[in-house]
Amino acid sequence: MAVAGPEVDATARSTTKDVRGSALRLGLLVVPVAFFAVFFAYPVAAIVARGLKTGDAWQFGRLADVLAEPDLQQVLWFTTWQALASTGLTLLVALPGAYVFARYDFPGKQLLRAVVTVPFVLPTVVVGTAFLALLGRGGALDELWGLRLDTTVWAILLAHVFFNYAVVVRTVGGLWAQLDPRQEEAARMLGASRFAAWRKVTLPALGPAVAGAALMVFLFTFTSFGVVQILGGPTFTTLEAEIYRQTAQLLALDTAAALTLVQFAAVGAILAVHAWTVRRREAALRLVDPAQTARRPQGPAGWALLGGVLLTVLLLVLVPLGVLVERSLHPSTGYGLDYFSALTSADGGAFLVPPIEAIANSVEYALAATAIAVTVGGLAALALTLTRRGGTTAGRFVRGFDALLMLPLGVSAVTVGFGFLITLDEPPLDLRASWILVPLAQALVGVPFVVRTMLPVLRAVDERLREAAAVLGASPWRVWREVDLPLVRRALLVAAGFAFAVSLGEFGATVFIARPDQPTLPVAVATLLGRAGELNYGQAMALSTLLMLVCAVSLLLLERIRTDRTGEF
Amino acid sequence: MLRLDDVSVRFDGPAGRAALDGVDLDVAEHETVCVLGPSGSGKSTLLRVVAGLQAPDTGRVLLAEHDQRGVPAHKRGVGLMFQDHQLFPQRDAGANVAFGLRMHHVPRAEQDARVRELLDLVGLPGAARRAVASLSGGEQQRVALARALAPRPRLLMLDEPLGQLDRSLRERLVVELRALFGELGTTVLAVTHDQGEAFALADRVVVMREGRIAQSGTPLDVWQRPADAFVARFLGFDNVVPAAVAGEAADTAWGKLPVPPGSAQGSHDLLVRPAGVRLVAAADGLACTVTARTFRGTHVAVHLRPEDAAAPRLEAACALRDAPEPGARVGVVFDVADVVVLG
Repeated sequence: MAVAGPEVDATARSTTKDVRGSALRLGLLVVPVAFFAVFFAYPVAAIVARGLKTGDAWQFGRLADVLAEPDLQQVLWFTTWQALASTGLTLLVALPGAYVFARYDFPGKQLLRAVVTVPFVLPTVVVGTAFLALLGRGGALDELWGLRLDTTVWAILLAHVFFNYAVVVRTVGGLWAQLDPRQEEAARMLGASRFAAWRKVTLPALGPAVAGAALMVFLFTFTSFGVVQILGGPTFTTLEAEIYRQTAQLLALDTAAALTLVQFAAVGAILAVHAWTVRRREAALRLVDPAQTARRPQGPAGWALLGGVLLTVLLLVLVPLGVLVERSLHPSTGYGLDYFSALTSADGGAFLVPPIEAIANSVEYALAATAIAVTVGGLAALALTLTRRGGTTAGRFVRGFDALLMLPLGVSAVTVGFGFLITLDEPPLDLRASWILVPLAQALVGVPFVVRTMLPVLRAVDERLREAAAVLGASPWRVWREVDLPLVRRALLVAAGFAFAVSLGEFGATVFIARPDQPTLPVAVATLLGRAGELNYGQAMALSTLLMLVCAVSLLLLERIRTDRTGEF
Repeated sequence: MLRLDDVSVRFDGPAGRAALDGVDLDVAEHETVCVLGPSGSGKSTLLRVVAGLQAPDTGRVLLAEHDQRGVPAHKRGVGLMFQDHQLFPQRDAGANVAFGLRMHHVPRAEQDARVRELLDLVGLPGAARRAVASLSGGEQQRVALARALAPRPRLLMLDEPLGQLDRSLRERLVVELRALFGELGTTVLAVTHDQGEAFALADRVVVMREGRIAQSGTPLDVWQRPADAFVARFLGFDNVVPAAVAGEAADTAWGKLPVPPGSAQGSHDLLVRPAGVRLVAAADGLACTVTARTFRGTHVAVHLRPEDAAAPRLEAACALRDAPEPGARVGVVFDVADVVVLG
C-alpha cells in the first residue's frame, strides 16, 4: 500500500536510536579500523616522519624546498595535466559508449560489456606492455608504418583511456539505463525539442554520475604508476613514479616523503569532491528497470553511433590486447611458443627462479589478499549499512570512515610498500620475512572495491524482510544468516573477484616487498622489460599475456554472476 | 491476552509528532480486533510496538499478563503478516512457511507435515516447491498467512491483510479468513484502512485518528452510532452538520430536523444517513438542486445543493428508477430513523 509508505519509513528511522545498534556497529568496525591503522596509517605516517623529521624536530621546510625545485614542479605539472587530458579524452571517447550501452539493444551486448571491462581489471603493467607492443619501438605500428608513439605523451594518454573506458561506461551508463525515458518524453510533450529535452531533463540527472566517473578517472590517472613506468621513459614522470624513483633509486627519503604528502593532499581533495558527488547522485531520481529502457538503434544515425562505438572498442581495447598476444607468439624465428617455454627456465638470468613460478606466487598471494580484503571490506560494509539508519555522532564517524576506506586507492602504493618495510620489521609485528606481507599490501587496495560492491546490495536488502524473520523467531545473528547472506552471496563473490583481480595486478607496493626469489607476475614483467634483449622483451609479452588471460577469465566468470546493483565502479 | 497500557510513540525525539498517543487497548483470547484508520493514523506503529519492532516511548505492552519491555521481537511469540507480505525471495513457498518452524527447532518431519497442512488450509495444496516470484498477489498473500500461522503464534497480527488485492479476491478472502480464524480459535489483531474489510473481519472495531483511539465497539455499534464527525466521515458519511438539539428536534442549516428520543442535548454534530434523506416535491421540503448522480450498484447516490447557499451539500440514496436528473429541483425531508446525534 503506497500511502502507508511514509509511516513505515519513519518507524524504521527511529528504531535505530537504540543503543545496542551503535554498539554492534562499532564492534563490526573494530577489525577494519585496526587493519587500516596498522597496515595503512602507521606505515604511511612512519615514512612521512622518516622523511621530514630530523631527530625530534619536524622539518616542514623541506616541503617548501621540494615544491620549489624546478624538476619536481615539472613532475607535478605533468602529473596534473596528463590526468586532466586523460580524463577529458576518456569522457570524450566513453560517453557515446555509455549511451549505446544504456539505451541500445543489440546482439552480443552482454559479451561486449564484459570485454570493455577487461582492461579495468588488467594490471597496469600489462596495459603498459600492451601499448608498448602496439606503439613502441619494434611495435606493431612501427613495423607497419614506422609509427612510434612511445616517446610521446600519446602512448600514456591512450593507455589511460583504454584503462578507464569501463569506469565511465559502467558508472554513467549504469545510471543512464535506469533513467526513465518517459521523463524526456514528458518534456517533449510540453514542447521541448529533442535536444532541449535531453539538456534539461537527462543531463542534470546524469551530471553527478559524469562528475563522479570523471573524478575516479582523474584519481586513477593522477596516481598512475605502472603505465607511466613502462611508457613514460625518462621524459614523462608522474608523482607516483617520481616517489618510486626518489625512494628506490636515489634513496632520497625526504623528497619522497614531501611528494607523498603532496599526493596525499591532492587525493584527499579529489575524494572529498567525489564523496560530495556521490551524495548528490543518491538524490531522488526516478529509476526504472534498465531492461525497459533499451531498444534497437533507430535510423541511420543510431546505427552509425553503434558502429562508431563498436569500432572504438575494437581499436582501443581489442587491438592492443591482440597485439600483445601476437608479440608473445612472435620470436624472430617465426611464430611459436619459444617465449613461453623460456619462462620455465631460470637461465635468462633476470630472476633466481624460472619466471613461470611468478604465476603460482601471484595466485597464492592474490588468494590470501582476497580473503583479507573480503573479511575487512565485508565487515566495514556491514557496519556502514547499519549506519544509514542512524543520524548520531557514531553515524557521522562511520560515514567519515566510508570516505577513508577509499584512500588506499589514491595514496601512493609505493609509499605503502616502503612503509611496510620500515615499520613492520620489529616485534610484535616483524613481518619482513613473512609471506603475508605482500597479501596485506594487496588487500589494502582490494578493500575499497569490496566495500563499493557490497554496500549497494546490503543497502538494498529490505529492512522489513529482516523484521519478518525476527517476528518468526530468528535472533539477530540468525536473521543475518538467513536473510542477508543468501541475498548478498552473489555480491560477495563479485567483490571477491574484484579483490582477486586487483591483488593480482598490484604493482606499486608489491614491487618493494616481494622477495627476489618470489616475484609476482607484474613485478616479473616489469623486471623483464627493464632488461635489454629480445628474449626478455618476448618473455615480458608472454607473461603479460598469461596475466591478462587469468584476469580476463576471472572477470568473465564474474560477469556471469554479477548482479545489476553492483555498479559503483 | 494482549493489553496496551497508555502506549505512546513519538518519532524524532520527545517533541516530535506522536504516532501513538496514550493508546489503551485490550484484546481478549480468541477475539478478532480490527484497527481502522486513515493512513498516518498510527495503525502500523501499533502493530510494530506489539511485535517488539518498535519500542514505545511510554506505556506498557502486556501479553498474557507479562510485561514485554526488553523482550526482543523473536522471543515474543507473536505472528505478524506484513502489508506487502515480505516473503523471502530466495526461498520457495514451502521454505517460507517452514521458516518459523525452523527457528523454533521443530523436527524436520513435523515441519514438512505442518507446511503441507497449512498450505492446504490456505487453499494452496501442493504449492510448497513453487518459487515466490511465480506466485500471484493473492497466492503470496496466502503463503504469507500460512507462514505467520505456522509457529502457532499466541497472537496473530495482520497489517493491511488484503490491501493489495483486487476487489473480488478481497471479498472472497475476507470471508475465508473470518471462517479460518473462527475454526482455529486464533487471537487476531488486524489493521486496515478499508472499513468494509474491518467490518467483515472483526468482532470488534477500533477506529484510530492521529495516534489516538476515536471509537471502539462492535462493527454494528460503530456503523450505527459513529462517535463523532471524524468517524462518521471516515466511514463515508458526508451528511454531517452542526446542530443545536432540544428535545426531539434539532436546529441545523438544513432546517429543523427530528432526532430520536433520548438523544444528547445541546450543541452537537448531526449525521443523516443517505437512506434517511427522502426526495419530495420542491415545495414540500428543503429546496435543493440535483448536481450529480453516482450509480452505486444497488442504489443511486444523488448529490444535492440546497438553495440556501450557507447549508452544506447533501447526499441521498435513491432507488434506481426514482433518481431525478441532474439540474432537477427537488425538496428534501429527513427520516428520524436515520438521524444520529454524534458525541
